[in-house]
Amino acid sequence: MRRFDGFDYMDIDAQLSEDERLVRDSVRSFVEEMVLPEIHLHYDRGTFPKDLIEPLSKLGVFGATINEYGCAGVNNVSYGLMMQELERGDSGVRSFASVQSALVMYPIYAFGSTEQKDKWIPAMAKAEAIGCFGLTEPDYGSNPEGMITTAVEDGNEYVINGAKMWITNGSMADVAVVWAKLDGKIRGFIIEKDRPGFEAKEMSFKLSLRASDTSELIFSDCRIPKDNILPESGGLKSPLMCLSQARYGIAWGAVGAGMACLHEAIEYSKERIQFDRPIGAFQLTQHKLADMATELTAAQLMALRLGRLKDEGKVDFAQISMAKRNNVRKALEIARTARTVLGANGVTGEYHAMRHMCNLESVDTYEGTYEIHTLIIGHKLTGLEAYT
Amino acid sequence: MKIGVMVKNVPDTESKIKLSADRKSIEMQGVKFVMNTYDEFAVEEALQLKEKLGADTTVTVFSLGPERLVETLRTALAMGADAAVHLTDPAFEGGDSIANAKVLAKAAEAEGFDLILGGKQGIDFDSAQTLSAVAEFLGMGQAQVVTDIEVGGDNTSLKVRRRIEGGDEIVDVTLPAIISCEKGLNEPRYASLPGIMKAKKKEIKKLGLSELGLSADEVGAAGSGTQVVGYSPLKERPPVKMLEGGPAEQAKELVRLLREEAKVL
Repeated sequence: MRRFDGFDYMDIDAQLSEDERLVRDSVRSFVEEMVLPEIHLHYDRGTFPKDLIEPLSKLGVFGATINEYGCAGVNNVSYGLMMQELERGDSGVRSFASVQSALVMYPIYAFGSTEQKDKWIPAMAKAEAIGCFGLTEPDYGSNPEGMITTAVEDGNEYVINGAKMWITNGSMADVAVVWAKLDGKIRGFIIEKDRPGFEAKEMSFKLSLRASDTSELIFSDCRIPKDNILPESGGLKSPLMCLSQARYGIAWGAVGAGMACLHEAIEYSKERIQFDRPIGAFQLTQHKLADMATELTAAQLMALRLGRLKDEGKVDFAQISMAKRNNVRKALEIARTARTVLGANGVTGEYHAMRHMCNLESVDTYEGTYEIHTLIIGHKLTGLEAYT
Repeated sequence: MKIGVMVKNVPDTESKIKLSADRKSIEMQGVKFVMNTYDEFAVEEALQLKEKLGADTTVTVFSLGPERLVETLRTALAMGADAAVHLTDPAFEGGDSIANAKVLAKAAEAEGFDLILGGKQGIDFDSAQTLSAVAEFLGMGQAQVVTDIEVGGDNTSLKVRRRIEGGDEIVDVTLPAIISCEKGLNEPRYASLPGIMKAKKKEIKKLGLSELGLSADEVGAAGSGTQVVGYSPLKERPPVKMLEGGPAEQAKELVRLLREEAKVL
C-alpha cells in the first residue's frame, strides 16, 4: 500500500505558505512514525497512548497559537493543519491536543490572571501539567446554561459542588478548568486534582474514542482558594469562546480522519482483486471514491477558508458551526463508505476506516451536536431562534 | 566549533518517477522533494554536537541547486541550524558530482569549517562522490559511512565508527575533516512548531558564480567530466502466477513449469 501523502485534488497546497506546509509535514511524519504503529492496539485495549505526551510537547503542539510563554505562535491555519494530521492518526490523540490547547490553555490565557498564566501556560506547553475542561453535566449537554454545579464563597475560599461528565483527559489531568455558577452566573475555576473533594472516574465500556481518557468529575464540598477563579470569565459566553476554539480545530481534524479513510479505500481498491479485476475498476467502487473525494475536498476548502478568516480576526462562531457540522458529518460518511470498500477486512483494526468511523460518531456529537450546529446556522440565516 | 552540513533534496520515495521524452532526464513536474534521508542524519548529528559542545558551536547548512531547495534548507533551520546558504546560479546547472563539489568546496572554504557533515549518498542518483570530492578540493581528511562520532577532549579530533562488512572500524580523524553519515548514527528530530516559527526569521544567504569567485567553465555541465546520456528503466517483471490445487499437485505443476516454460531444469 502506498504511504499516506495527504489528499489534495484541488492543489490546495498552493494556497499554503512555506511554514504552514512545514508544520503540516512535520506533524504528518510524527503521526506516521509515532502514532500509527501502535494506535490500533491502544484502541483495542481502551488506553490512551501516554507515551506520546512528551514527544507531542517537544513538537510544540500544545498551545501552539500562543505567541509567548515558549509556545510556537503559529497562525490558525497551521494550527488547523496540525489538528488535521493528528486526527489522521486518531481522534483520541487530536482530542487530547484540542483539550490541552483550546479548552485549558486558551481559557487560562484569555480569562486568567498574570499569576495563573505564568504558573500554568509554560507548564502545560511542556506537558508537565495535563488539563481537562469541565462544562457538560450528566443532565446538561446541549443546554449548558442550565448547569447545576455551583461555587459558593466561604471566607478566602470557594466551595464547589456538582458533577461533570464526558470529560476528555479527566482522569489523567493535573488540573481542570471547571465551569460553575457563582451567585447564578457561570464562572471558570482552576481546580487542581489534589484538592480534597475532587474525584475523577474514568468511564468504561465506550465503543468510540477508545484511545482517549473520558471521565466523570465529581466535586463534593471541594474547596479551592479564591485566587483560583478565572477573573475575566463571566457568563456562558466564556466557555462558548473556548468551544469556538476547539470546534475550529475539530473542523480540520475531521478532514484528517477523512483523508486517512479515503487514502486507505483508494489503495485497497487498487490491490483487492475480485472477478479477476481490482475492485477499483468497478463502477460502484469508483462512484464511492468519487463521492468521498468530492466531499473531502469541499471540507478541506471550508476548513482553509475558515482558518484564513480566523487569522484575519473576522470569523464568527456560526461560520465555525457550519464547518464543524459539515466536516465531521462528511468525514463520518466517508469513513462508513471506506469501510464498505474494504469489505470484511474493513471491520478489523488492522485497517483504519472503522476506528475512524467509531471515533467520528463521538466527534459528530461532542463540541456541539450536529443538531445544535444546525440550529445555530438556522438562527444566523433567519434571525429566529429555534433552540427551545 | 564551526560545523557545516551539506544537504540536498531528492524525490520522495513514494513519487512516481517519469522519464522525459528523450530519456535523458527525469520529469520534475509533480514530484515531491524531501531532504535526502542520509542528510537528515547529518543535520541531526550537527545539532547534537552543538547541544553537547555549547553555544559557541554553530551549524550552517549548505545546498546547491534550484529554488525548491529553499524548503529543505528551511527544514534544517527549523530543526535548529543557525544559518543556511543556497548556492544557486544558472551556470551551476547540469553539473556532475565533481563539478558540484567544486562549488560546495569553494563555499565551504570561505566559512572555515572545523567539521563538515553530509549524508553518505543521495538516494536519488546514488553516486556517493560529492563529499569525498569536497574533501579532496579542501585537502581535508575524511571518514565515510559513519555510525558514531565522539569528539576528542580538545575539540581538535574525532573518534568515529565506520560500518564495514561484519563489524565496525574505529578511526581517529584530525579536524578539520569531512564525515559522511550512515543510518544508525542518530534519530533525526522532527522540526518543532516553535522551531519552524524561528526559522521563518532566519535568512537564507544566496551565493552565485561571481560571489564565489568561480568561472562558468569550471562548474555546471561545462565543468563536468561526465555527462548522463540516457536513462533506461528496468524491464518489468512478469506477473506472478499462482498455482492451484493441493501441495502434491502444486509441486508437480511447479516442476513442469520450471522444466517446460522457464527451462531451468
